[in-house]
Amino acid sequence: MQDVRWNDPESSRYLGKSVPRLDGPGKVTGNAKYTFDIVLPGMLHAKVLRSPHANARVANLDVSGARNMPGVRAVFTDLPQTARFAGAEIAAVAADTEEIARDAIRAIKVQWEVEPHVVSTRRGMRDSARVGRPREATRGQDPDTLWSSAAAVIEAEYYCPVREHLSLETHGLVVQWQEPDRATVWLSTQAVHGSRGELAGALGIPQQNVEVICEVMGGGFGSKFGPGVEGRIASALSKMTGKPVKLMLERYDEQVASGNAPDALMRVKAAMSADGKLLAFDSQIWGTPGNGNNSGIPMPYIYTVPNQKTWQAGVSTNTGGARAWRAPNCPPASFLMESVVDELANKLGLDPVKVRQINQGSEIRTKQLELGAQMIGWENRNKTPGAGSARYKRGMGCAVAQWGGGMGQPCNCDVKIGNDGSVYVGIGTQDLGTGTRTYVATIVAEDLGLPLSRVRADIGRSSLPFATGSGGSVTSPSVAPAVKDASMKAQVRLLETAATLMSAQASDLELRDGKIASKSNPSNAMTFDQVCAKLPPGGIAVSGTTLASLQQGGVAGAQFVEVEVDTWTGKIQPIKVVAVQDCGYVLNKLTAESQLIGGVIQGLCMALLEDRKMDEPTGRMLNPNMEMYKVIGSLEVPEIIPVLYETHDKVAGIGEPAVIPAAAACVNAVYNATGVRLRTLPMTPKRWFEAMEATQ
Amino acid sequence: MNNFSWIEPKTVAEAVTAVKNGGAPMSGGVELLCLLKEHLIQPPSVVNLKTIPGMRSIEAVAGGMKIGALVTATDVAESTVIRTDYAGLHQAAASIACPQIRNVGTVGGNLCQRPRCWYYRDPEIKCLKRGGQACYAVAGNNEYHAILGGGPCHIVHPSDLGSAFLAYGATVVTNERQIPINQFFVLPKDDILHENNLRAGELITGVDVAADWKGARAAFYKAKERESFDWALSTALVLLKMSGSTVADARVVLGGVAPVPWRSAEAENALKGKTVSDTVAIAAGQAAVSKATPMSENRYKVPLTANVVRIAVLQAAGLKAE
Repeated sequence: MQDVRWNDPESSRYLGKSVPRLDGPGKVTGNAKYTFDIVLPGMLHAKVLRSPHANARVANLDVSGARNMPGVRAVFTDLPQTARFAGAEIAAVAADTEEIARDAIRAIKVQWEVEPHVVSTRRGMRDSARVGRPREATRGQDPDTLWSSAAAVIEAEYYCPVREHLSLETHGLVVQWQEPDRATVWLSTQAVHGSRGELAGALGIPQQNVEVICEVMGGGFGSKFGPGVEGRIASALSKMTGKPVKLMLERYDEQVASGNAPDALMRVKAAMSADGKLLAFDSQIWGTPGNGNNSGIPMPYIYTVPNQKTWQAGVSTNTGGARAWRAPNCPPASFLMESVVDELANKLGLDPVKVRQINQGSEIRTKQLELGAQMIGWENRNKTPGAGSARYKRGMGCAVAQWGGGMGQPCNCDVKIGNDGSVYVGIGTQDLGTGTRTYVATIVAEDLGLPLSRVRADIGRSSLPFATGSGGSVTSPSVAPAVKDASMKAQVRLLETAATLMSAQASDLELRDGKIASKSNPSNAMTFDQVCAKLPPGGIAVSGTTLASLQQGGVAGAQFVEVEVDTWTGKIQPIKVVAVQDCGYVLNKLTAESQLIGGVIQGLCMALLEDRKMDEPTGRMLNPNMEMYKVIGSLEVPEIIPVLYETHDKVAGIGEPAVIPAAAACVNAVYNATGVRLRTLPMTPKRWFEAMEATQ
Repeated sequence: MNNFSWIEPKTVAEAVTAVKNGGAPMSGGVELLCLLKEHLIQPPSVVNLKTIPGMRSIEAVAGGMKIGALVTATDVAESTVIRTDYAGLHQAAASIACPQIRNVGTVGGNLCQRPRCWYYRDPEIKCLKRGGQACYAVAGNNEYHAILGGGPCHIVHPSDLGSAFLAYGATVVTNERQIPINQFFVLPKDDILHENNLRAGELITGVDVAADWKGARAAFYKAKERESFDWALSTALVLLKMSGSTVADARVVLGGVAPVPWRSAEAENALKGKTVSDTVAIAAGQAAVSKATPMSENRYKVPLTANVVRIAVLQAAGLKAE
């Protein structure tokens, strides 16, 4: 078999073009059925009782009030009776209606033994028992011997707060237990296959007996790799009652207990030589994964500093546990490091773009910086940061990123062609909202020369061939090459049949516009359906697997942001963003651009508003809702220009990288506009006036 | 929320009876839903005031304007006569929340909103305002709390219309009496449990706006963390009566910075008799916050509010605020 390559976008009908997503109409009209929308006959509703205390032990749990309430069908208490954060699950109920379940939870009486808590990194880092084993690294000379000889030195403290995933669809599931040993589970998840094991364990049945379904989902951002505690609770309740049980988290539950991104407090000293080369770097970083684990922030991120000393440690606090958050650890790494580089460049009066170019080794990024600078009009930036006394000040900033985005676990894919001409492609991946379903169909439509409407794409079920979980931007580079493999195998089989029927060489045939025709003699042609009618009764059924040669990870990116700062009110408005992203072979231009736009928006949220606020005296989250945990809205979203920077002809994953540099670029733009360096995110009016106060 | 019965009164008298029996009055229901969902109130019944005819009109009368309690924020924002003669009220109404909320939120409901304080809104925390022993904002996070008039509770009042009615001079009309707007809102030191002096079972039927400041130069400026749907960090409503190029009289009302809409006599005095310039506007802003007593996390509100007043003064005077 010949080498499989991606289709030439010059001559393709779908691949590399802008194709509206197949599930778009369903989502817009409300016909798409999210987990939240699943309603089954006899279905019960579950709710979870959570600890109001940040650190406490249950001395006595009296569930009689719930158990005796009319409409309550089961009470579940097989949960740890110690709470290490306010929001920890203590008990759950299943009832005929959601309202009864809520009332039942309130009828449970708990006697607590409350212990002291710590909910902030700043407080926790002072207690050695809460500070985890540090990760340390050194390189070159001791930075302390170099400060005095450097042209520029900065010493500062930066802070990036804990941020949440804020999926519009909360975590949750519907479990339908079927006696004696089967279950169907509708789960809002980033991994239908990856979730089977945990559910099977909770139900005490083999993995193969569990079908996990996620047809469409309302956001995960790294927080939905498994069914979690709520999966265990709903499974148990369904098995206890023999009825389907629905457990979708409430917004409060979601924000206190379903994951977050650790914060990062960095104390840093860094030096640059007069020609703009990073010379020495010494950083200490503390961050809290709550009651979970910390995976660490890469420092000094993408830069090579000849002499460096880095130290970081996780700080255990009585808060909800961290989970992967879109490009884990890289957005804070970019904010911290890109601020430092920008401060040093500005101190020396050097062009921040040039300084970036000479301090990092990627040729692609150097070119991306050039392109981005040209597109935003970098030469028009404020030459003297903060110049003038106008109320509104504009400025520009930039930042760069690096991400993986290669193959995850190898995937399998089925393609079938019926002798009625119907085409099916099935793969057990899931569409996080990124457009997976659409390219699964377009790859096959392209190879079979059919309109997209002729291909049925089946995804989002664990009974379909295995596919990797959607994290680390691995979905496209793992799924698309498996679909392509199956699709090409089906094409070969179809052409073999056609060649016999048409007395032609298979290599002389092409599939286009629903026809199979000879390239050398175009009048020798049959329709796709005519050929299919001659297939054996079983039609064509082939399987493909991920071809590693069709993907390549390691993506670079550069972003430029222009902002306008209202210096009288501290309100920062992004005006324009240019996002240049290394993205390999583009499967769908429209959804690829959407990924960049979405990443930029989420990065701007981090820059301007996102901040999980924990109250030290009470140990409770102060903003466990979308009213006070703020993200930018339609009026704040600036003009965003996504640039698909195609560096090679293999598929790369770009779900995450665009979120990385936006906040840092925004911070640097504010400095360029105003001459004021904001070192704490988010950049709210409070932070603006505090920075002004500090400079006076 | 708890189970409740649903009552649809046809007259104010029927509504009053239902409310006196513990019913929760509902107009737009925006705030009521928040309170019910968090179990901050658990009324036996909800009384839908919208079934009472005749409370959703805006009328220009000899003495000013009569605005029904069920008039929505959108109605106010879209009223031509209000836009022309009471521009500050128009701007305040147009600034509220987002279009969806303005379409259902009413004048009566806006005045009766409870504080957005995150301690007050947490069902697990029993603060002073909920009959507890402490204001948690004092030792906790008070970044959105009061810098004027606070103590022992430090909430800020969220009503933008309240600022406008206080500036123009209005009377809150109830089923029982007429309450001058400057006596309607109450400070925590006078009544910790309520933000206004409505009696139990007393219902607002409308607001009469006086004509004293009709046609005055006006500007309302609101500083928020985001433009799309957010609460105010600080607002200023400025009215100017001009005599030639000098300010004959001024009204300055601050919002988002005190437990009640806050009239700043200091800022008004800084404007009276002056020709408005940026220097005068800055002085008015400084005067407005001269008696501010910020808390641990809200010092930023002091310079912010000074600038918010500065901007509103310049805009009211028709000068460029930049």
